[in-house]
Amino acid sequence: MSKRTVIPFGPQHPVLPEPVHLDLVMEDEKVVTAIPRIGFVHRGLEKLVEKRDYTQFVYVTERICGICSFGHSLGYSQCVEQLMGIEITERAEYLRTIFHELSRVHSHLLWLGLAADAFGHEALFMHCWRLRERVLDIFEQCTGGRVIFSACDVGGFRQDVSDETLAGIVITLDKLEQEYRQIARAFLDDSSVRNRLVGVGHLSKEQASANSLVGPFGRASGLVVDERLYGLGAYGELAAFEPVLSEDGDCYARCDVRIREVYQSIAIIRELAAKIPAGEVMVPVKGKPEAGARAMSTVEQPRGQAFYYAVGNGTKFLERMRVRTPTSQNLAGLVAALEGCDFADVPNIILTIDPCISCTER
Amino acid sequence: MSYTSKSPWIIHYDGSSCNGCDIEVLAALTPLYDAERFGVINTGNPKHADIFVVTGGVNAQNAPVIKQIYDQMLEPKVVVACGACACGGGVYQECYNVMGGTDAIIPVDAYVPGCAVRPEAVMDAVVAGVQILEEKRAALKAGKKNRSAADAATGAHASCANVPDTPGAGGAGVE
Repeated sequence: MSKRTVIPFGPQHPVLPEPVHLDLVMEDEKVVTAIPRIGFVHRGLEKLVEKRDYTQFVYVTERICGICSFGHSLGYSQCVEQLMGIEITERAEYLRTIFHELSRVHSHLLWLGLAADAFGHEALFMHCWRLRERVLDIFEQCTGGRVIFSACDVGGFRQDVSDETLAGIVITLDKLEQEYRQIARAFLDDSSVRNRLVGVGHLSKEQASANSLVGPFGRASGLVVDERLYGLGAYGELAAFEPVLSEDGDCYARCDVRIREVYQSIAIIRELAAKIPAGEVMVPVKGKPEAGARAMSTVEQPRGQAFYYAVGNGTKFLERMRVRTPTSQNLAGLVAALEGCDFADVPNIILTIDPCISCTER
Repeated sequence: MSYTSKSPWIIHYDGSSCNGCDIEVLAALTPLYDAERFGVINTGNPKHADIFVVTGGVNAQNAPVIKQIYDQMLEPKVVVACGACACGGGVYQECYNVMGGTDAIIPVDAYVPGCAVRPEAVMDAVVAGVQILEEKRAALKAGKKNRSAADAATGAHASCANVPDTPGAGGAGVE
């Protein structure tokens, strides 16, 4: 056995927008094991449920994570609506799904940019973020916020988005899609990009399944894991839904899956915007969750399955609010993918799981 | 801002923010807002950075990290607290694991409001930070000059005068 060295990675590192620490145990240039340490962003949001009532807590769940903010408010609202037996209107379901898919487009474009930055392609990073601004403009026009927009609320969608605006959103996305195709080609066909991604950080389907991977990370290894398949919200209204899969399980496959998911999200928005029913978007919310009432809900976040669990206690405060987020599932897969890789590929592999540490630690 | 003697490089650290401010700080550097036209570059090395952009509140885990990054930066340096959480805890104020804003552990020169901050506000703060940086640099230079003059008068060894002496907390400079 050659001499082992431990190289600390993070919490402050140029490729990491968020702090996570890894102790990389190295043998020469190869990583033997990676030992993650988290907790730099822990705030204790689940405990805050004792100080904020269930309507105020929507704002807190949104701030679990700024990238998946809409998904978190959606998951929490669905959970509390189940807890209190509230039926929301169909238009609200459609709007929620449309905005959730828009969030996915913005999140994947953001990730593509960061991934490009990780393998050293600065211009591609700038192009991805330039396109992402179009989606943020849509958010800003419809809700007033760019990354945290408080649009989803218990009882529906806070403010209606007119059919004309939705048609405009579809036109914006059509234009975005054309430009996006060119950028996607740079990711998928460029030989210098392929050299950095193909065969790097490989995880087989068995490994993915053993580590219970979720989201694009799991789907890139061939696991059929997608909450949208169950048709919650307006996903049930879609004519067809096929999760985007790949069998290769390497960094390139993860990139490929996310790139194709953007097209899929745009197609979903186009379909739902065409057949959204008219009507109200909010139903009045009255009363308090009953003592001992329990509810669960799941949402397919851009990074994978997120699980929400709430317990009522008869007051306007919830007894317990639990969130399990996709990255906390995927960290085990990250450690598995890092085993045996080259040191130079570590930033790439960390980035391709699309880590969201704020979600993980709450 | 009329003149700066060098391009301000920033280093960004996410304290315990929700990410919203982090991606807005990055967005300020990308084509639509393009803070790079002011010479701003996001660097990963504290020793290269002039402006320390902190997002999110401080907790027991990340306090030593923030302190260490701040200590590794060379004088003159400016700290910009981005977002409601970095300014004073924000929405997480009452959480058990949040000690407060950035100023709980290091001196802050500019506060940027907003939840999440807007890229325009981040740029405003960085430009204001450049101004503060210039003032600190001038103060530092003046301080050095005064000191070497004083040393010459007392007959002290010239090389002693060049030993950098940390100015008062926050690098406010020597009058």
